[in-house]
Formats: sequence, structure tokens, C-alpha cells
Amino acid sequence: MKTLITALVVATTFAVSASAQDMAYVVNDDDYTIEKSLTGVPGDAGAGQAAFVGRKKGNCLACHAVEQLKDSQLFHGEVGPDLSDVGNSYSAEELRLRIVDYKVINDDVIMPAFFRSTGLSNVGKKFKDKTILSAQEVEDIIAYLLTLKS
Amino acid sequence: MKLFLVGLAALGLSLGAAQAQDIDWTKVTLEGFEVPLAYENEDGDLIRSGFTFRTPGTQAMQEDDFANPAFWRVDEGEIAWSTPEGSEGKSCADCHGDAAESMATVGTEYPKVDAESGELLALEHRINKCRTENMGAEAYKWESQGMLTMTVYVRHQSRGKPVNVAVDGPAAPFFEEGKALYNKRVGQLDMACKHCHEDYYGNYIRADFLSQGQSNGFPTYRQKWGKVGSIHRRIRGCMGNIRGAKYPYGSHENTVLELYIAHRGKGLPVETPAVRN
Repeated sequence: MKTLITALVVATTFAVSASAQDMAYVVNDDDYTIEKSLTGVPGDAGAGQAAFVGRKKGNCLACHAVEQLKDSQLFHGEVGPDLSDVGNSYSAEELRLRIVDYKVINDDVIMPAFFRSTGLSNVGKKFKDKTILSAQEVEDIIAYLLTLKS
Repeated sequence: MKLFLVGLAALGLSLGAAQAQDIDWTKVTLEGFEVPLAYENEDGDLIRSGFTFRTPGTQAMQEDDFANPAFWRVDEGEIAWSTPEGSEGKSCADCHGDAAESMATVGTEYPKVDAESGELLALEHRINKCRTENMGAEAYKWESQGMLTMTVYVRHQSRGKPVNVAVDGPAAPFFEEGKALYNKRVGQLDMACKHCHEDYYGNYIRADFLSQGQSNGFPTYRQKWGKVGSIHRRIRGCMGNIRGAKYPYGSHENTVLELYIAHRGKGLPVETPAVRN
């Protein structure tokens, strides 16, 4: 079954912004994937690493450890799984859903939805109606994760 | 508490917070305390003071009142307690006498429902009620020096005694509100308090070692702040981390959360003024 998840549902009472348009994507519930790239522009692994590490971007190291980054980055988190071999374990399509909104798979998970600005409560002013990452940043991080093989 | 520290060193546990987990904290009681720093509750969960998550260096700062960077507030508070203020020319001591007696368990009981108004009051609310209604003095601002000193002083009178907030009777609806809020996802990061402080305590989140978020040490001296702060300040800090809208100081939301958090740590010793990182 394919479910269309789109911010437009919530946006009906407000002006539809360009970013809301960007948020339309299709989740394949059968194998928990998002097949289609969010942008159509191939991800850049270098930019992806920067977005992965950036504390104001993905800040992924807050929860995940990556052996390949141990020399350049101190303090890797231990809340989520180690991602040093994630490129061997998951496809781009699987990673896309997990970054966009892991709660589709597990609604009790601590991991934020990095590309969803709807269905949230009490969001701080600065972050209201914004996704944590841009669509391209999600694609870049996927490209970076696919390089992680130990 | 030198013996205690020597014990830690002998066990080779002086390197960091993570290793400190190996200690059986249910057997550790600080000098003069009535109850240990951890216990197993009826669900079989180990309830641990924030003390048990910190490094031996931070713990040592709290254990020695002379090294505790917040302890001067206990002395200042004692002076403020008997200093008349406001149009009535009264001090706290004029009505409440010796704080060591009259305030002996107050620090274990707040937040508490005010019998007159039916409102849930944090200790700060209660102090300001006294100031404005009985002393004719101005209310302290929540996070002001005057308020921090007075709340440290009052709660310190209960140091070592187990947290014992009431969550039944008139407090029950406030408790339920607090519980709901504690488990509600908020902020752009869409996390509830429980995700970090129930599901993942004892793990590092980047450089931060997650505790259970217990409140028995508040107002607590935090090295990150370089001063003492209230539990409301701490909750607001968490809200900022998850990119949420911070509930105002003294707000209903923060106060019901404070009640729920206190109940989670019911039985832990009051440590005010505690020292944390």
C-alpha cells in the first residue's frame, strides 16, 4: 500500500508555502522505503558528511557513532545504532524513509523526523513550520551514509 | 566524605561518569542523609539521583560544603530569613521561627496544592505569596538572586530527607497533567521528556551523559550555568534543546511537570544545593 504523506493537508487553512510543496513524498509501507529522490538531484557525499556532523543540521553524531569520524570528531553518541557499516546494511530508499520520518516504522522512537514540519506540538518560534533538514540535505546525507562500509 | 572518595579511587572509578555506573548506589548514603542515592521502586526500576551520573570530581564538589560553590546561599539565606522586608515590617522568622524546625520537611513536599486556593504551588510561588500577602513586600522574580537564595535556604533544611510529594486527592489532576506533559512529544525534534530520561538514561548524547532527570538536588548549582538555577530553568533548557517553545517561569506547565518529576524521584534524598555539570 502506498500512502501519500503531504504537508498540504495541514496547510489548507494557511498559505501554502514552497517548502510545504517540497514535502510531498510517497512511503512504501510494504518494505518501509521512499523510492523517489526528494529532489531529483543526486546527493553529494561530501556535503552530506557536513550536514551529518553539523550540530545545527543533522547533528547525527549526537546519537550515532561512526568509526570513520573518530579521528576528526570527539564525543559520538550511543543512543542510536553505530552507523560505521550502514552502507552495507541499508539501501538509499530505506535510508530515505528512516531520515525523513522514522516514526512511520516505530511510533515510539526517539529519532526525530528530519523532513517533516507537520504534526508537531509546541515548536519554538524560530523552527515553526520548518523541517530540520532541507530535501537536498537529506539526499546528501543518504549519499554520505552509503559510503560508510567497514 | 573523604572515605567515600578514596573508595571510588580504589575501585579505579575516577575516570568518568560512565564507569561510575558500576557502583551499587542503593548502598551509598551521603553523610547525614537519611536515605541512599538510589533505590529500586515497586516496578523493579532503579531510581537514581543525578549525583550518581556525574563524575567523582563533580560529586566531590557537592559533598564538601566548603567546596560547594552554591553553599554561600545557605548562609545568605539564613540572614535573609530573619531580615524584615515590606510594609508590614516582618521577616520570615517572625511567623515561621527557626527554619530548621518549621521548614524541616517543606523541601520534600513541594510542589504542593494550596488548601485555600486549590492551586498547585511551587516553593517559589509559596514564598512570593508570603511576601506579597503577609509581608507587604514585592514578589521576587523567579530566577532572581533573592529567590534562588531563599529557595536554596528553605529546601536545604530538608537535605537528606526523602522527597515526599503528594500526588493524590487535590493533587491528582495536576499529577495527571504533569504525567501527560512528560510523555508528550514537543518541539521540532518531536521528543518527550521520557525519551531521554526514561528510555536512554545512562547513555551519552554527544558529550552529555543522560541522567534520569531527577529534581531532588534543585535548586542546583550547574557548572554550565556557573550558578544555581531552578528546576523550571532546567526544564526550559531541555525545551530549547529539542527546539520547543519554552514554558514561562512559574507557569502551570512547568509546575505540573515539576510535580510529576518530583514524584518519579519520590524517596530520593533532597540534596539542595546539589552540584551538577
